[in-house]
Amino acid sequence: MILYLTLQNSSRPSHTLKLPRVAVAPAAGVDRMSSRPELQAPPEIFYDDVEARKYTSSSRIAEIQTKLSERALELLALPDDGVPRLLLDIGCGSGLSGETITENGHQWIGLDISESMLNVALQNEVEGDLLLGDMGQGLGLRPGVIDGAISISAVQWLCNADKSSHEPRLRLKAFFGSLYRCLARGARAVLQVYPENLAQRELILSYAMRSGFAGGVVVDYPHSTKKRKEYLVLTCGPPSLSSAVPSGKGKEGESCSDDESSGDEENQTVCISDRHRPRKKQKVNKKGKGREWVLRKKDQMRRKGNVVPPDTKYTARKRKARF
Amino acid sequence: MRLLTHNMLSSNIKGVTKGFPLKIEVEKVVEKQVEINHDFLRNIFPKVDWKAFSDAARTMGYVELPEQAPDPSVLESDLDFLTKFHHALLELHLEEGALVCPETGRKFPVNKGIPNMLLHEDEV
Repeated sequence: MILYLTLQNSSRPSHTLKLPRVAVAPAAGVDRMSSRPELQAPPEIFYDDVEARKYTSSSRIAEIQTKLSERALELLALPDDGVPRLLLDIGCGSGLSGETITENGHQWIGLDISESMLNVALQNEVEGDLLLGDMGQGLGLRPGVIDGAISISAVQWLCNADKSSHEPRLRLKAFFGSLYRCLARGARAVLQVYPENLAQRELILSYAMRSGFAGGVVVDYPHSTKKRKEYLVLTCGPPSLSSAVPSGKGKEGESCSDDESSGDEENQTVCISDRHRPRKKQKVNKKGKGREWVLRKKDQMRRKGNVVPPDTKYTARKRKARF
Repeated sequence: MRLLTHNMLSSNIKGVTKGFPLKIEVEKVVEKQVEINHDFLRNIFPKVDWKAFSDAARTMGYVELPEQAPDPSVLESDLDFLTKFHHALLELHLEEGALVCPETGRKFPVNKGIPNMLLHEDEV
């Protein structure tokens, strides 16, 4: 289980890594490199005692991880009959996601490659069982015994080759193949991922599909760069009604964005045909931008997931002249 | 590690066809009290490989379980059986020891209750 921090480099001990770090696809941008731990060192080295301790000391990390786990469990859509299930937590780390599973009354088995993180989980006295293992080597589990699997921010690590023997495609294949086998028919796996770019997302998804999974990607808050979260929702077995991909959060009001784009189109054609046209006229008249504009902007912010005051009769009202 | 997890684990070494059940080498067993949940036991019962489960419990020093898989009907009525099943499945922890692959004899050490299932490069 990992988290992307923008300010983590300063306190990192310097790991001199001699192996070349090969990403499957070119990195999206240099400025984001610093916030991607999988580009810095292999997981078992990156999550050393120092990094693992952050997971017990930082309430911000805990809060984000717990939120992600809750959403993942929600997407898992286990039958609401009060029967505890046996779940798998892939990349369980310090057990923050496991605690969410326990709170929901289920049993779980957690797998992680970092011993330091598992030690933190032991200190936290989590209720699930912990395994030290590498998901890229395949999950050594009997077929059809697991009722569901979640994974928080772990699967994208598979896309990196950390050792000369690592071949990301083979590791993805081994992981998804063994995950498919160990899940019961009709069970779901919800994997929250931070793919680096489009190619990586497609790579992960294509190996999931090739292993026999049905499903797709659910994106929460697609309009926001900060709150945007992606979940791979995979169903074991042939496509059916239950394998339909649920919809993401913060997506409603798509018709609004359509209106905007059609409005822009008019301006664009003018731009091309007449270059000597005066600079873009702002639609500000004596009355200001108007209530409609304010409502549209507020709606935009809402879609990004920001907290916006409700629309009332006072919204964008006219002030008296003395103001 | 509980016997629940042991019952689901199998050896993942390349070329191994029968990696289940892993033999247990016991150094230290601890017991932790867990609240019993009958629904969970009924749900998990069909998935448990009984032979491997009762053998494992015996290795851990718990001999109360029947050797043959009981009829699922006992789950509805027999509270005594449910309690034993619960105890063996969720309350016995292998704290120190090892798991041994039945085919290759490769040992997976168990430290502080965490089995180390990492494979060497030539085993993948």
